[in-house]
Amino acid sequence: MLEVAGLKVFHGPIEAVHGIDLAVGQGTCVSLLGPNGAGKTSTLGAIVGSVRHEGAIRLDGRDLGRMAIEDRFREGIALCPEGRRIFNNLSVHDNLRMGAATRRDAKGVAADIDDWFARFPILGERRDQSAGTLSGGEQQMLAIARALLSRPRILLLDEPSLGLAPLIIRQVFELIAELRRDGMTILLVEQNASAAVEVSDRVYVMANGVIRRAGAAAEFGDGSGLMDELTGVHA
Amino acid sequence: MDYAVQQFLNALSFGAEYALIALGLAIVFSIMGLVNFAHGEVIAFGGYSLAVVGTILTGNPLILMGFVLLACVAVAVLLEKVAFRTVRDADITTGLLTAFGVSIILQNVFLLLGSPRPVAATQLIFLDRTLWLGPVQVSSLQIYETVATILAIAGLGLFLTRSNLGIAMRAAARDFEMVRLCGLRANRVVSGAFAISGLLAGLACIFIMARRGSAAPHMGFDPVLTAFVACVVGGFGSLPGAVLGGFLLGFLEVGMLVLLPQSYGGLARAAVFAMVALVLIWRPDGILSPASEKGDKI
Repeated sequence: MLEVAGLKVFHGPIEAVHGIDLAVGQGTCVSLLGPNGAGKTSTLGAIVGSVRHEGAIRLDGRDLGRMAIEDRFREGIALCPEGRRIFNNLSVHDNLRMGAATRRDAKGVAADIDDWFARFPILGERRDQSAGTLSGGEQQMLAIARALLSRPRILLLDEPSLGLAPLIIRQVFELIAELRRDGMTILLVEQNASAAVEVSDRVYVMANGVIRRAGAAAEFGDGSGLMDELTGVHA
Repeated sequence: MDYAVQQFLNALSFGAEYALIALGLAIVFSIMGLVNFAHGEVIAFGGYSLAVVGTILTGNPLILMGFVLLACVAVAVLLEKVAFRTVRDADITTGLLTAFGVSIILQNVFLLLGSPRPVAATQLIFLDRTLWLGPVQVSSLQIYETVATILAIAGLGLFLTRSNLGIAMRAAARDFEMVRLCGLRANRVVSGAFAISGLLAGLACIFIMARRGSAAPHMGFDPVLTAFVACVVGGFGSLPGAVLGGFLLGFLEVGMLVLLPQSYGGLARAAVFAMVALVLIWRPDGILSPASEKGDKI
């Protein structure tokens, strides 16, 4: 499905990611874990085309490396970014419409939006309210829904649990598990290792711009030891 | 009483013109962070096209008005492609200097190809007739101008809240990259904003030409400067702010002309800007400045 080979990412003159390889199989959930500054968000940025990078990025064998952000999205890569980045000057409904802006089937879009409102009634109750007035957890659900409304082939999730209360984090990961069961291909970037390992098929551990460890999720147990390892790597 | 109604209509039409031009500035600024001082030259281009086409091709005012609108949209979109696209991601001052550069170049092109003196284009003067509404004497142009501005604002409001491109423009004002991450092409969103600003400039051009009856190289610069002040007072980047600022300036300007003794008439503008300064002391970011941080929850 998604293959990344020899990926280097640059922020100005600084190389933040030093030639990593990773693969996400069709219908699987893959986690990219690591401490702050490991290069996880930079890697996602390179995949969606928002940062300068070198190396191969292929989706079903098609090279995306030179495509613009918009074209990669149209190829089926949707990002739910760190900090959610919902449009807080638009209503909840208009945020969802933005997610589906490239679709031509107006009825299908309306039905999908209704499905999300049924799934998260609080979003439905606030459909005409400014999205900026939602709580952090509601904004996260809205950001995930917005990313999925384009019916992407792969969903990139960047730290969806960041800054949320434990109860809400559980809801977010339940949603991720549900999406995975429904066959969605997911690349999940997280610092919450144990929750991420639980919903993943495969795990990559990243630090200082390189992949330190990779393997099936089962090899990482419940992920709790990984937290210590990550902290150790970080130190 | 009649005098008051007359002055009220005066203020309304002044304000409408400023609001139209201020909206054109604000829509581009809200998306690109660019203060497009070349907006005035888009208006002047519309004036010159009216003069040329009106003389050579047709005198039909409806066709001419349509042509002015098209010419302004076309030149605004072209300027974005040729001049502003390359500095889209540059610093805000680079954009500002580019806009001034484009403005100066265009003014000189008008001087070279036209003439330093105004070029007559009287085809739209018929819009400006004296009407009597009961005991009140009004200019038909004032009514057209006010009605057209209200319709343009309503149309723009519908476009920005109902269409995908309009919603994308509002979203881009907050987070342009995220709009691209939703698959919308940056060029389409920015060109769309310039096309709308061109359309608003064209509308303003029609009314300016109906009043002046001639095109001149600097005809757009002064109104744009006033509209810029309207944007600042209303809150730069806020579309309702641009409209509010435009009408506020219109009312202040007419109010000062009416209230100041005739011998101090020359001070009307100074008084208006003094009041603008007071407004900015009260609200430094403008009356309706967009609250960018409101509701940001990380």
